[in-house]
Amino acid sequence: MKEILLSHGGGGRETQELIRELFLKYFSNPVLNALEDSAILRVNSKIAFTTDSFTVSPPFFKGGNIGKLSIVGTVNDLSVMGAKPYYLSAGFLIEEGFPYHELEEIVKSMSDEANKACVKIVTGDTKVVPRGNVDRIFINTSGIGEVICEGLSASNLREGDAIIISGTTGDHGACIMAMREDIGFDIDMESDCRAMWDMVDMVLTNAIEVHAMRDPTRGGLSAVLNEWAAQSNITIEVEEESIPVKDPVSGLCELLGFDPFHLACEGKIVFAVSGNDKERALDIIRRHPAGKDAEAIGKVTLSSPGRVILKSSWGTRRIMEPPAGELLPRIC
Amino acid sequence: MDIIKELRDGARISALIKAIERFSDTPVNIMEICGGQTHIIMKYGLPQILPENIEFIHGPGCPVCVMPKERIDHAISLANQDNVILVTLGDMMRVPGSKSALIKERASGRDVRTVYSPIDVLKIAKENSGKRVIYFAIGFETTTPMTAALMEVSIKESFKNIFFHINHVLVPPPIHTIMQSGDVKIDAFIAPGHVSVITGTGIYKPIVEMYKTPVVVTGFEPVDILEAVLMILRQFHDKRSEVETQYRRAVRAEGNTKAQQLIDKYLAVRDTFRWRGLGDIPKSGLMIRDEFAFMDAEKVYKDILPDKSIDDHKVCRCGDILRGKAKPLNCSVFGTACTPENPLGACMVSSEGSCHAYFKYKKAVDI
Repeated sequence: MKEILLSHGGGGRETQELIRELFLKYFSNPVLNALEDSAILRVNSKIAFTTDSFTVSPPFFKGGNIGKLSIVGTVNDLSVMGAKPYYLSAGFLIEEGFPYHELEEIVKSMSDEANKACVKIVTGDTKVVPRGNVDRIFINTSGIGEVICEGLSASNLREGDAIIISGTTGDHGACIMAMREDIGFDIDMESDCRAMWDMVDMVLTNAIEVHAMRDPTRGGLSAVLNEWAAQSNITIEVEEESIPVKDPVSGLCELLGFDPFHLACEGKIVFAVSGNDKERALDIIRRHPAGKDAEAIGKVTLSSPGRVILKSSWGTRRIMEPPAGELLPRIC
Repeated sequence: MDIIKELRDGARISALIKAIERFSDTPVNIMEICGGQTHIIMKYGLPQILPENIEFIHGPGCPVCVMPKERIDHAISLANQDNVILVTLGDMMRVPGSKSALIKERASGRDVRTVYSPIDVLKIAKENSGKRVIYFAIGFETTTPMTAALMEVSIKESFKNIFFHINHVLVPPPIHTIMQSGDVKIDAFIAPGHVSVITGTGIYKPIVEMYKTPVVVTGFEPVDILEAVLMILRQFHDKRSEVETQYRRAVRAEGNTKAQQLIDKYLAVRDTFRWRGLGDIPKSGLMIRDEFAFMDAEKVYKDILPDKSIDDHKVCRCGDILRGKAKPLNCSVFGTACTPENPLGACMVSSEGSCHAYFKYKKAVDI
């Protein structure tokens, strides 16, 4: 079986082969094909620039792999700032001995996902490190997008805003958790890993008054809402029963003692929109193929600034606590 | 999942509250023994909607919380032996011993691992045949059968590198200690359903007879807890004090006799076991039977395991909380010097500890 060797990252002949036979084969575009030290890009507007590193274990999971995730993650980070994603970089840190065919599968899904999201990978880098120095493969992507909608910000939420989530929460986190070797659950669902610019674009072009957007990745829905509440100095009141959660996700959470709103999503957007636009926004999002489970889950008030409050249908209130510490399993 | 939804159904919860209000005429102190139930009570905000004269007193049923510091120090000493892999359950990692915690030992290079199920110890032992794998077992009657099952497989498959440090404890003895101390007035008990799945319901007969306090064996959802409260109020109304089972969907009166036999084969009751906050309680813990001493880490590593009792941090009120004498909000360092990330006491660490439940959920009451 062909494997990635230290020499593939050495900068010599093997590196050139890897670039031509693998990366150019899948990522080919005029800027990248020039193989210069930097990509030269023409940008005529305000740009958004972001970076993210991906270390997911296991690297292949139901519904995707680390490659797909590395495109989706950066594309979504640009999208939620109201920026149309254009260009990405891709840096690979690979453990010596990593199977070539697995790397090819990862690169191929990066290419597929980039094509779907209409972004180009215009520059990249590969390093191969001795066994044990990284866990199989890490990928970093950075991205540039053109700002279409200005003023979106975590500190921009206002009293009366409606909070909408574009679908079920915790799918990606639950899927990865179930596949970890020490848990070994068979869970009948896939990661929601998906580039979301098309949905964001639909919402913005329909002139919805959006105040903030986020993709609830690490820390899940709770991390997003808590950051918003703190930065905007407002209260977010959430109807707990309206948060959409898939049955296998609630099942896994029951068994392991987690809350679904602490688990990551990789293909969802949380919107804070003007209260007047709530129904129209929900309608637009639900028409999108990845938005049919969208729900309005809460509203912004000033009752207890800085806090996120979960309300039950029988009249109790409690804090939606921000995630903290490692996710450790409970005992019994 | 439908059964779970039914047991959290808003309309059902509201109806139960109404029924409870009709029966509630005098103040009642109910101790929910199990920390898992404390969490449900706090998470679903039940004190916010129940009549004010119903008070929950939180019980000692948190296996991590009741371990005294010297037992935590045992785990840390074992983890520091050469050629040892210490395996335990997740909640143990952050509990502070006298000087360190397992999570700190792991960070400094000791091989400490957590498992979701004790049976996973077999895999670790197989993959590390040159090392000794010590399973630090904790828990009440609920988790004991899994430890016994691991011992059974370990012997049948002739593993030579699996050892056990047993910290299994029993529910009824600390209840007697609390009732006999006279520190706190308790009128009735909500008993943990999963314990009775194993032991049956007979273990509570002496409590009902000695103290005339109703005991209701109860499940772990808000509807379960509220049904149990209603059953307790009905017993008062009818002037009865009996062991009743609310958690009928899982509990049989005789319990799981196969599990009981398995436990009995490998484990015996200790003469005495020291509990945090409750002190030495006779016949309250389990130990490995003499014929299996070869796998008993407490015997094999006898020389390096400290036995001197170690006091809790001076300001930490874990002990009072476990006795039902204080509530987390009575502690001066609650939520300030003591948080789940930097706990002074075990009650703040464990997902079954009262302080942890209050930290997570109680803050919402004043909003």
